[in-house]
Amino acid sequence: MLLTLFRLELKSIFRAPTWSQNLWMRILIVFAILYFALIFISLGVGAYFIIEKLELGEPFTVINRYILYYLGFDLIFRYMLQPMPVTDVQPLLYQPIPKNGVVHFSLLKTLYSFFNWSHLLLLIPLSIVLMTKGQQSLNTLIWAGGVYVLLLTNNYLNIIINQKTAIFIVAAILVGGTAGLQYFDLFDLTPFTQPLFSAIYAHPLSIAVPLLIALGSYLYAFSHFKAQMHLDTGLAKKTEKTIAIDQKYFERFGKLGLLLKNDVALIVRNKRARMAVFAGFFFIFYGLLFFTGAIEAYDGVYWRVFAGIFVTGGFLFSFGQYVPSWDSSYYSLLMTQNLTYVEYLKSKYTLIQVFTAFTTLLSSWYIVFGWDIFTYVLIGALYNMSVNAAIVLWGGAYVRTKIDLTSSKKAFGDKNAFNYKSLLLTLPKIALPVGLFALVDYFLGATAAKLSIVAISLIGLSLKPWIFRRVIAIYKKEKYQTLKAYRS
Amino acid sequence: MIHVANLSKSYAKNTVLSIDQLDLQAGEIIGLVGNNGAGKTTFFSLLLDLIKPTTGCIENQGVQVDQSEAWKKETAAFIDENFLIGYLTAEEYFDFIAGLRGVSSSELEALLSQFHPFFNEEILGNKKYIRDYSKGNQKKIGIAAAFIGTPQLVILDEPFANLDPRAQMQLQKLLKHFNSEKGLSVMVSSHDLLHVSEVCQRILILNKGLLVKDARTSDITLDALRAFFSDERAEESEAS
Repeated sequence: MLLTLFRLELKSIFRAPTWSQNLWMRILIVFAILYFALIFISLGVGAYFIIEKLELGEPFTVINRYILYYLGFDLIFRYMLQPMPVTDVQPLLYQPIPKNGVVHFSLLKTLYSFFNWSHLLLLIPLSIVLMTKGQQSLNTLIWAGGVYVLLLTNNYLNIIINQKTAIFIVAAILVGGTAGLQYFDLFDLTPFTQPLFSAIYAHPLSIAVPLLIALGSYLYAFSHFKAQMHLDTGLAKKTEKTIAIDQKYFERFGKLGLLLKNDVALIVRNKRARMAVFAGFFFIFYGLLFFTGAIEAYDGVYWRVFAGIFVTGGFLFSFGQYVPSWDSSYYSLLMTQNLTYVEYLKSKYTLIQVFTAFTTLLSSWYIVFGWDIFTYVLIGALYNMSVNAAIVLWGGAYVRTKIDLTSSKKAFGDKNAFNYKSLLLTLPKIALPVGLFALVDYFLGATAAKLSIVAISLIGLSLKPWIFRRVIAIYKKEKYQTLKAYRS
Repeated sequence: MIHVANLSKSYAKNTVLSIDQLDLQAGEIIGLVGNNGAGKTTFFSLLLDLIKPTTGCIENQGVQVDQSEAWKKETAAFIDENFLIGYLTAEEYFDFIAGLRGVSSSELEALLSQFHPFFNEEILGNKKYIRDYSKGNQKKIGIAAAFIGTPQLVILDEPFANLDPRAQMQLQKLLKHFNSEKGLSVMVSSHDLLHVSEVCQRILILNKGLLVKDARTSDITLDALRAFFSDERAEESEAS
């Protein structure tokens, strides 16, 4: 029976839209996986030597100390990124399969997630290095097994946590808190936990403890899930509470207001859109890397223009590049309604501008770094509002990705807005102003360079109608293909 | 009002719809009947310029639908859930459509009041997003929205499917009412011969992409219609 279910699962993987969609996407996913795999492997190989070089202490002891954090952050990453196994169980309920079998299957299948096997890429090379450095082979293997079992425990803890946000908050505070306390040299928990992990090495039989913990977490997740295997409990579609939006405020803007109101509802009421806005929000802090001199490579003054664009352009990049995909679930309606492309574009353009202005306002605390730094934020905002707001819509026109607004599909496979044309358009979005600034700065100095960005912003603003015409031409040309992609 | 010439739609070598010529007058309720895969939705999608014809063209209210967008002002449709905005409440969705069509809120209210029996108190005032409604109630929302702004032509794909019996009857009444009072033209597709023969003035039967029967309801009995879908008939057309 498990074999049949497993075959079903294989089909669901290889027939997933992200796979069948296009070649670029597949290449991108493979590259992303290779990239992370490489990071893990090099960390596994290098950890021992890095610790040795930095003279942090006896490497194996240090590793045992920090396993606690490794586990903690693993849990947090899992919470944020690992998709939940619950879906697609429903059709199985009507089949003559024991309920226990279905639950076991959906819990076991999470084991082959990237979040589980990727750790092996770290643990195996690390164990090999440890063995060559004179550790007992068998003991090391058992030790690695013990750590891996604890990571698998995280897998099931994550499933439980995902159901209960409160537990996540507690876990996050615990991990963040101990990390913070240690960072500020207030209290270090790791010397106390280090012996726990070393013990597995010293006394191989104690691996029974992590095994029991893992089994416990599995059984807990099992009973939790099994209790929820009803259409009106765990599998029930939740009816959301509606979030009211002030109608009157938008009415005064006519048709533009009508569309803007929809976009606001789109952002406020859909997980996927909310995540994009949150992601955009974090761009605000990106400038800290550049303006504080934290990273030497970013000390060049033209990097500040780069930072200015990113700090104020978070929403623009995270939301704007998916226009019109945000409206994919009702694109047919828009295409048959009494609505022109210009009206549609204008509403998105206005939305992006308003949000950019708002992020600029939120970024005004950069003034604590001095007026000079702050001017970079301002010219970044100006360039974003006048040039990038239109160009990002241009780039979006090439992207035909159906967006499921209700799911916040977490895996990175979701970012399938990969298109070489829209990638090419990042040139005028970022490279052009940064390049121009560097050039003018080299010959005429920083003030002239700043003014050159202002000038190019104004030129860009006058090109807006032309860019809109281009975008509309693309919309029209690709209308049927876009509709097909969105309806599939 | 609608003029179809040499229209065909093929995917690879598979022709799913082929209509040489067809003229539809304004002010009629026209029913499109056929089995699954007969080409009903394909025809509507072509009419709404949602897919591109392989050959030929459709004219709606004097303009070719894939050349001009002028037809959008006087045409409204509900084909499937892709016409609904899931994250709006029913009221907000109606407001949105009304706004696009330049209908005032009092006009909208007057129109919706006619739909109250159809809604059966399940649609309005629920504070619920459209995506959380049942399929049948979603359909009611989509159908009602297609009437906002008194367009000249309303296109409804399978409007009776998924509706409860009471709503089916109410919908028949509404269609007849808008047709006789306001001269509204309607195109509906259906699997259900009974509904079509009760509400439509003209019936088109599609089979495997071909128009096999074009009759006035007054000239054809329900039994004659049924005969088109009986086994013998199907085999016959397959053989031909």
